[in-house]
Amino acid sequence: MIKNIANLGDAAIYCDFGSEVNKEINSKVIKYFVALRNKNLKGITNLSPSYNKLVITFDINETSYENLKQEILHLDIDNKIDNDFKKVRIPTCFDDDFSLDINRLENKLKKSKREIINLFLKRKYFCYMTGFIAGMPFLGDTDSKIQLERLETPRVKVPKGSVGLTEQFCNIYTFESPGGWNIIGNTPITIFNTTTQSTPNLISPGNEVIFYEITKKEYIKIYEK
Amino acid sequence: MKNDYFQVVRGGLNSTFQDLGRKNLYHIGLPFSGAMDKRNYLIANKLIDNNKNDPVLEFAFQGPSLKYFGRKRNIVVTGDVNFKIIKNDNSQNEGECYRTIGLDEGDTIDIMSTNKSVYGYFSISGGFKLNKVWGSFSTTIRAQIGSNNGSKLIDGQDIKLNEPNQLSNKKLSFVNSKIEFIRVIKGTNFDYFSEQSIKDFFSKDFEVTKLTDRMGMRLEGIKLNNIKKTNIKSEGLVKGTIQIPADGKPIILLSDHGTLGGYPKFGVVISADYDKLVQIPPGSKLKFKEIQLKDAENLYKLYNMETNNILSKIL
Repeated sequence: MIKNIANLGDAAIYCDFGSEVNKEINSKVIKYFVALRNKNLKGITNLSPSYNKLVITFDINETSYENLKQEILHLDIDNKIDNDFKKVRIPTCFDDDFSLDINRLENKLKKSKREIINLFLKRKYFCYMTGFIAGMPFLGDTDSKIQLERLETPRVKVPKGSVGLTEQFCNIYTFESPGGWNIIGNTPITIFNTTTQSTPNLISPGNEVIFYEITKKEYIKIYEK
Repeated sequence: MKNDYFQVVRGGLNSTFQDLGRKNLYHIGLPFSGAMDKRNYLIANKLIDNNKNDPVLEFAFQGPSLKYFGRKRNIVVTGDVNFKIIKNDNSQNEGECYRTIGLDEGDTIDIMSTNKSVYGYFSISGGFKLNKVWGSFSTTIRAQIGSNNGSKLIDGQDIKLNEPNQLSNKKLSFVNSKIEFIRVIKGTNFDYFSEQSIKDFFSKDFEVTKLTDRMGMRLEGIKLNNIKKTNIKSEGLVKGTIQIPADGKPIILLSDHGTLGGYPKFGVVISADYDKLVQIPPGSKLKFKEIQLKDAENLYKLYNMETNNILSKIL
């Protein structure tokens, strides 16, 4: 299932599952991720699954690239492991105060704000991975009619809760952060909860995410809770 | 009885509590964090008789100024650091790194600056009174987690301390050595760059810019030309990764790096050179050298042995 294994420096392994981005390849990545977590191999310090790669870091005092590579190649993968198909609903407000890039979206996509929002809300999204900043979900795929490139110059500060679009993906900024995605709206709910250890992320890889529209009044009400 | 404590007169530029870092959270977007210069961190704990993984106060460039309230106890500063102790009778003593120094009630330690380096470490007998968050004392500012509510030290706050250990005086003669080359293993997108640019990378000087912090180090130098594509689909990153974005200027990812990224990976700095890399201050020049995996593994073993030797000299 892994197309190629290489070292990434002297303390990490890079597993390549292919170059395309789709659910099928991503679920292979997740299967390896789950299997390795359960197996708890000696020396592994981090697992970082993404669209079509799995990066594994290890403690160079405890194991080595060659050792771990052999263990990964001989890993039993349980094909019955199902993705975590939890459904998550995200209230989102598209008020002009929140849809920071709506003018850019309207101009580039040649569509009205309402059309763009409707196309965005129509789909259910698959969570490919989380990261970059803590808990940020990378979701896809968006309707081809609302796909566009990231901003030419990234924002220095994207507000917390912002919902962004880029290529066939959408995401949620779990913290204020620099970033270049096209911001369409904002959610008042907490996606990354620092007070719980077991499940800090509201959205995990494999989950299904549905966005639904709320008014600014409702936004403030949820936010203040 | 009231806890002994420090009053933070000045927080300093970026003073955070750090230990050996946080594991197994990359997949939710949390980096290792932890002390940038692990060797100096370990020495700071060993000299003060604390445990290997106890939290230490790390500072960058300008450190904190701290006024002490409590029973007499020892402190240690490691790194290449200018600091002074202002005694409660207003007399001043210049501070000396790598030796225990006694603090009395009302004394102030003023950590003025690191010297031609970036990070220094401050440890105290008995240790700081902190709670682990997700298996570590390390503060990760960007995710607002860890000690001190995920924040750097702020002017006017207090720092609580544990019960002190018995007073024992220790000293280590140690000089932080510099290295001529930062050694690099080829990355997964090495062949995205022109032959000339690969040659340039391993022969020309690169300058460390001011856009450098615990997350990453931005370099300035000859433009490195990507001949394939300047963006890849976002994927996992590790500390020490050298990314080269479309502008052709390398960025080296450090301990608080974002966990996913879409810039091509030219190479990765070897583990043995990481402590020295992070100590190179803005304005300095860097040179890189290519090295094979096997050699990097051996160099790390040597570096680790050397660290253990230094620690074993502290009795």
